[in-house]
Amino acid sequence: MNREELIKKVNEVLAEEFEKEVSDITPDADIYSTLELDSLSLVDMVALIDSEFGVKIPSSEVRGIKTFNALYDYLEQHAQ
Amino acid sequence: MDRRVVITGMGIWSTLGHNLEEVRQSLYDGVSGIIFDPERKEMGFRSALTAKLDEPDLKKVLSRSQRAFMPQQAKFAYAATSQALEMARLDQDYIDAHEVGLIYGGDSSADPTVRAVDTMREKKDTTLCGSGAIFQSMNSTVTMNLGCIFHLKGINMTISAACASGSHSIGLGALLIRNGLQDIVICGGAQEVNPFSIGSFDGISAFSTRESEPTKASRPFDRDRDGLVPGGGAATVIIESYESAVKRGAPILAEVVSYGFSSNGDHISSPNVAGPTRSLELAVKHAGIDIRQIGYVNAHATSTHIGDTNEAKAIFNIFGDQRVPVTSTKSQTGHEMWMAGSSEVIYSMLMMKNDFVAANLNFENPDEDSAKLFIPGKRIEHHFDTFLSNSFGFGGTNSTLIIRNIK
Repeated sequence: MNREELIKKVNEVLAEEFEKEVSDITPDADIYSTLELDSLSLVDMVALIDSEFGVKIPSSEVRGIKTFNALYDYLEQHAQ
Repeated sequence: MDRRVVITGMGIWSTLGHNLEEVRQSLYDGVSGIIFDPERKEMGFRSALTAKLDEPDLKKVLSRSQRAFMPQQAKFAYAATSQALEMARLDQDYIDAHEVGLIYGGDSSADPTVRAVDTMREKKDTTLCGSGAIFQSMNSTVTMNLGCIFHLKGINMTISAACASGSHSIGLGALLIRNGLQDIVICGGAQEVNPFSIGSFDGISAFSTRESEPTKASRPFDRDRDGLVPGGGAATVIIESYESAVKRGAPILAEVVSYGFSSNGDHISSPNVAGPTRSLELAVKHAGIDIRQIGYVNAHATSTHIGDTNEAKAIFNIFGDQRVPVTSTKSQTGHEMWMAGSSEVIYSMLMMKNDFVAANLNFENPDEDSAKLFIPGKRIEHHFDTFLSNSFGFGGTNSTLIIRNIK
């Protein structure tokens, strides 16, 4: 999966899970405000990323991922 | 203080329908909700029979974050409670300004519990269970969800009393109102419908294995019964002090006249006769009415050999030769377990308001004890203004409610 395909899939699964439009998601947008995440739904994002991409984001690192771009970068670096 | 307690709202999500009118019609027509579920057979079930139930689609009425914490039975309960609140004319402005209580029956939330355990075992990472797992898995999941969604500020708790949970919820809510501690309590019962929730129940050979004839399987009081059929859904009954109902201009449908209860103090799964008899006696005593005023008995009878036999004996102990119609609506719904005590009040209310008693389906041949009762195997047109509803549960918990019509 190249970066373009990765971005498309990430946006699609997040938009579906958190009931947003894919068009709401832009690379530099804040993940928390865009997806309206709180401390509980953040757990769901971590579980979703694991089930869809096989990447476990440790709780110590997830808070450091602020934008969608940062998330794409993280997944590119950690995907098997 | 000894205030009168009245019913001002009802709502239901049942195998017989998704609102009161659908359910009334199904009761009248003698519809059975029982099906054969092939998935259960593949899972190793002794009996793959179950009531058929759809889940309400709440995507348009509740946010994702609200739905994330709701297991199946909380969704059923939300649908039933929304209907009941509307019927009782309780809008959000009124609820926000008053102490409205919530007591709901529930005694498991197995499906989300099993799924979370599966995730833990597979992933070795608890975070991956997701945020909803803890709130969905707790026994009080229905009351914690409804309390938050409807912004309720009165008493808030789940009653766990096995298959009598839904009945005790109404009885205990009525006591709080009678004593002046609450004005309005949302009562009810909810039961999940999925294989994980009743697999181990199937394992103790309690279920009917008449798989070739699903609609014939639940046959309370019939000589050839061979076990119960599990079902579920949710039923909500809003009870209120008479004064509060009058003041609000709410529809006053009926009065909760009395609540009887007892514990068998005996076997964990086999009921006896003395315990249910005491529950019935207490309800009749508290009601302070002539027993001949009771025009219908909604039996607990689940279609098990010993349970139906002992309940028939208990009813005969109380009513003797009085020819009161006795039926079990479980012949149509299967055993709705944690929900049953509340749903059966609603089924009985619908019959009372519409002058009929639904058929005790599949009652073809009585046994020695059921022969002493008047059990209509077909629907009868019958006017009555007071009914008695029994609910009994594992561990020997018994609950009896007597409810009187208000026109």
